[in-house]
Amino acid sequence: MIEARGIVKRFGDFTALDGVSVDVPSGSLTALLGPSGSGKSTLLRVIAGLETPDEGTVVLEGEDVTRIAPQERGVGFVFQHYAAFKHMTVWENVAFGLKIRRRPRAEVKQRVSELLELVQLARLGDRYPAQLSGGQRQRMGLARALAVDPKVLLLDEPFGALDARVRKELRLWLRRLHDETHTTTVIVTHDQEEAMEVADCVVVMNAGRIEQTAPPRELYDNPANEFVMSFVGPVNRLGDTFIRPHDVELLLEPNGSTQEAMVQRLVHLGFEVRVELVRDDGETLSAQLTREQVEALELQVGQIVYVRPMRQTVFSS
Amino acid sequence: MIGKYALRFAALGYLGALLAAPLGYVFWRTFRHGVGPAWAAVTTPDALHALKVTLILTAIAVPANTIFGILAALAIVRHRFPGAGIFNAVVDLPLALSPVVVGLALLVLYGRGGWLGGHGVVFALPGMVLATIFVSLPFVVREVVPVLREIGTEQEQAAATLGASTIQTFTRVTWPAIRWATAYGVVLTTARALGEFGAVSVVSGRLAGKTESLTLYVQDRYQSFDEVGAYASAVVLALIAMTTLILMTTLKPKEETR
Repeated sequence: MIEARGIVKRFGDFTALDGVSVDVPSGSLTALLGPSGSGKSTLLRVIAGLETPDEGTVVLEGEDVTRIAPQERGVGFVFQHYAAFKHMTVWENVAFGLKIRRRPRAEVKQRVSELLELVQLARLGDRYPAQLSGGQRQRMGLARALAVDPKVLLLDEPFGALDARVRKELRLWLRRLHDETHTTTVIVTHDQEEAMEVADCVVVMNAGRIEQTAPPRELYDNPANEFVMSFVGPVNRLGDTFIRPHDVELLLEPNGSTQEAMVQRLVHLGFEVRVELVRDDGETLSAQLTREQVEALELQVGQIVYVRPMRQTVFSS
Repeated sequence: MIGKYALRFAALGYLGALLAAPLGYVFWRTFRHGVGPAWAAVTTPDALHALKVTLILTAIAVPANTIFGILAALAIVRHRFPGAGIFNAVVDLPLALSPVVVGLALLVLYGRGGWLGGHGVVFALPGMVLATIFVSLPFVVREVVPVLREIGTEQEQAAATLGASTIQTFTRVTWPAIRWATAYGVVLTTARALGEFGAVSVVSGRLAGKTESLTLYVQDRYQSFDEVGAYASAVVLALIAMTTLILMTTLKPKEETR
C-alpha cells in the first residue's frame, strides 16, 4: 500500500505538485496518466525518495518514509532512459542491488539467473548495455529493480523511448509479469492507451493536481470532467456537449433528432473507418464506424448524411 | 584525394617542425658524444637533487590536485551552491595567469613582511609545492566535468534506489565512468608539475642542491655553458613525461580511447 498525502512540490516558481493525495492498494498496478508537466513523474520520484516534497507525507506499507532516503525505502525504480550501468554487464547490472546487500554468492547467482530467465535475457548475461536493443535494456532495468524484492515497483515512462511495436509487446509482458508477481506497481505514462491497457486503476493528473482516480472502464464511461474526457480518448466537442466518435450514428435520412452534415474525409484504419464531417453551422466532428457500416451506407466524400448522437456528455460548470 | 594528403602533410609537418624537430635535436645533442657523458651529467649530486625535488613536487601536487579535482568537478556538476559560477571560473585562473605572477603573489603573501610571512615557506620546498599545486590545479577538474555532465545523474539515482550508499554509488558507478577522464587529467597535471618553471623559479630562490627543481637545473646548466648537463637533464624531464603518457595510453582499454 502506498499512501501519498497532500504532497506539494515546487521547483522555484513552478508548482509541480499542488496538494496531491493518492492511494495505491497493495498488489495493484496503478497508472499515473497525464500530459507532460502534469506532475506525474515528480509524484513517482517523491514516492521513491528521489525528490523531497515541500509538504505532505509518503507512507509505504504503513511506514512513514517521507524523511527516509531512497536507499532505505525498498522501492524498485525503472527509468525512461534505462539508467543502465554502462560499464557493467547485464548480469552485473541485475546483481547490483544484491551485491550491495552482501547476499551470499550462491544466492546472488541463483536470483540473477531466475530474473534473467524471467525477462528473457538469460543468454545475454555477459553483454554490455550498449550491445542491447532498447527493449532489452528496459527488460534488464526491470530485472535489476526486481532483484532486491522491492515493496513497490515504480516505473517512470518505462516504454517511452521505445518504438510503437516494442512498446505494445512490453506492455502486455509487464501486465503478465505483474499477474505473476503481484508486486505493488505504479507506472507513469502520458499514453492513455498504455494506461488503460495495463493498469487496474488510473490516476489522471493535470497541472499538479489529480483530476480523477478510477478503473480504466469507469474512467472512460464516466469521466469526471472535460479534461479527463478528452484525455482518455478522442472526443467531439459541440458547444457544451461531448460525444465520443463511436457514439455518433450516421443516417441517410433525417429524423426528428438528427442534424445535417457533409462527409469531408474518410480515413481507413483497418477494421475501423474515421469519418470526418462538417455540419452546416461550420462545426466539425468525427464519427468512428466499422468498415461494414461505411460500406452499407455507401459513404462518399461530399455526401450529405444525418448525424445522431447515441450518447453524449454535458459537464456542469 | 590530394586534399586529404595535403591535410595530412600539413598536420604532420606542423607537428614535425614544432614538436619532433626540437625534441629530436635535444636528444641528438645529448647523446652525440655517447651515453657516458650524458649519464655522468645527470648523476652529479646537484642533478640528482634537482631530480629528487622535481619528483617530490610532482608526487605532492598530482595526488592533491587529483583529489581536489574530482571533488571540485562533483561540486560544480552535481550541486547547486551560491557562487558556483565564480568557483567554476576561479578553477581556470591558473590557466589564464602567468606563472611568474603566481610566484610573485606567493612571495608577497608568504615572504618577509607578507601577511603569512616567516614560516619558512618562501625560498624553500613548501613554497615550491604551493606554486606547483597552483599552476597544475585545473587539469583534472577540466577533464572530469564534461564526463560527469554527459553521464548525468540517472545511473547514480538508480544505484541509490537499489540501496547503494553515497560512497558505494561513487566507487561502483561514478568512478568507473570518470576514471579515464581522471587518468588523462592526471597525465596533464603530471606534465604541468614536471615542467613548471616560472612560478617555482620565483619562490624557490634557486639555491643549487637545495631548492632547485630539474627545470631550474636545466637553465642553470645552460647558463653555465654546461651544454651536455643542460641537454641531458632536459632529456630526463622529457622521458618522465613521455613515460606517463605511454603508461596511460597502454593501460587504457581500446574501446574507451577518445
